[in-house]
Amino acid sequence: MLDADFFRRWMTATAASVDREAERLTALDSPIGDADHGSNLQRGFAAVTEVLDKEAPGTPGAVLTLAGRQLISTVGGASGPLYGTLLRRTGKALGDAAEVTEEDLAGALRAGVDAVMALGGAAPGDKTMVDALVPAVDALGAGFGAARAAAEQGAVATTPLQARKGRASYLGERSIGHQDPGATSAALLVAGLAEAAGE
Amino acid sequence: MSDVTDEKLVGIVLVSHSAQVAASVADLARGLAGGGKAVPVAPAGGTEGGGLGTSAELIAAAAASVDRGAGVAVLTDLGSAVLTVKALLAEGDELPGHTRLVDAPFVEGAVAAVVTAATGAGLDAVAAAAMEAYDYRKV
Repeated sequence: MLDADFFRRWMTATAASVDREAERLTALDSPIGDADHGSNLQRGFAAVTEVLDKEAPGTPGAVLTLAGRQLISTVGGASGPLYGTLLRRTGKALGDAAEVTEEDLAGALRAGVDAVMALGGAAPGDKTMVDALVPAVDALGAGFGAARAAAEQGAVATTPLQARKGRASYLGERSIGHQDPGATSAALLVAGLAEAAGE
Repeated sequence: MSDVTDEKLVGIVLVSHSAQVAASVADLARGLAGGGKAVPVAPAGGTEGGGLGTSAELIAAAAASVDRGAGVAVLTDLGSAVLTVKALLAEGDELPGHTRLVDAPFVEGAVAAVVTAATGAGLDAVAAAAMEAYDYRKV
């Protein structure tokens, strides 16, 4: 069973890896974006760990709902409402339970990813965070380690794609050959989940 | 719901990645609205730190400041401005009730929205006028 502490560890682990990888995320965002992805997410996840420490939500759903709300408030770029909606919708789907199963989490994350696709209008293959999130959720039934591997593969597989959403889509064919920064940070989020599970 | 009210005017929020763009479009729309009733218009541009981007806090504050009880029409430029407003609307408690994201071109839509709101028209009519701005061909 997964309790609020597991979800707090997930957020803390993600904040640490986003902090470590911030320069790389911003570098990926330079040729095809506006070179702020790493610093935006760094600020957002730092604010998430701060508010989780301060308010100490007691259920898995409350941890993710609060984290999502904080990302929407603090990121300042498109990744804020997108990751914020992902976590908030996942948190709402988990409800008020003090502990949830891995199956509960898989179902809730599916709802979260669906909400992200509805918000941004992106589908798999559009060279976005969705390209890491959908394979991760699909693989979650085989465990957190499998989900992490699927997300990393999904992120790498965005390199040959042409962007069809967001600022990178204005570049047309020139977006080909660059790994998508959003898919890369989404893989960090999934890796944080595996880390929280000790995998 | 009455389409014309004497007191309560629809509020307009203009969300841009740039504080200057949001403030200037607000000035432009107010100026072109002429001698009608003074429509509550609030810009929400850039980040709280003054940089380019979108601030959920500035959007929520702007919406609260123009809410006169007749609804609030929100116009945005692109990207995170659109996504942030949509995410706030989905949250359900950060924006005033009857706040609507209007699918409209930013400058032309803002002018149409403010001019229409100045007549005392309701939120449906203000939103429709802003959306119709997409049909205004220039060539």
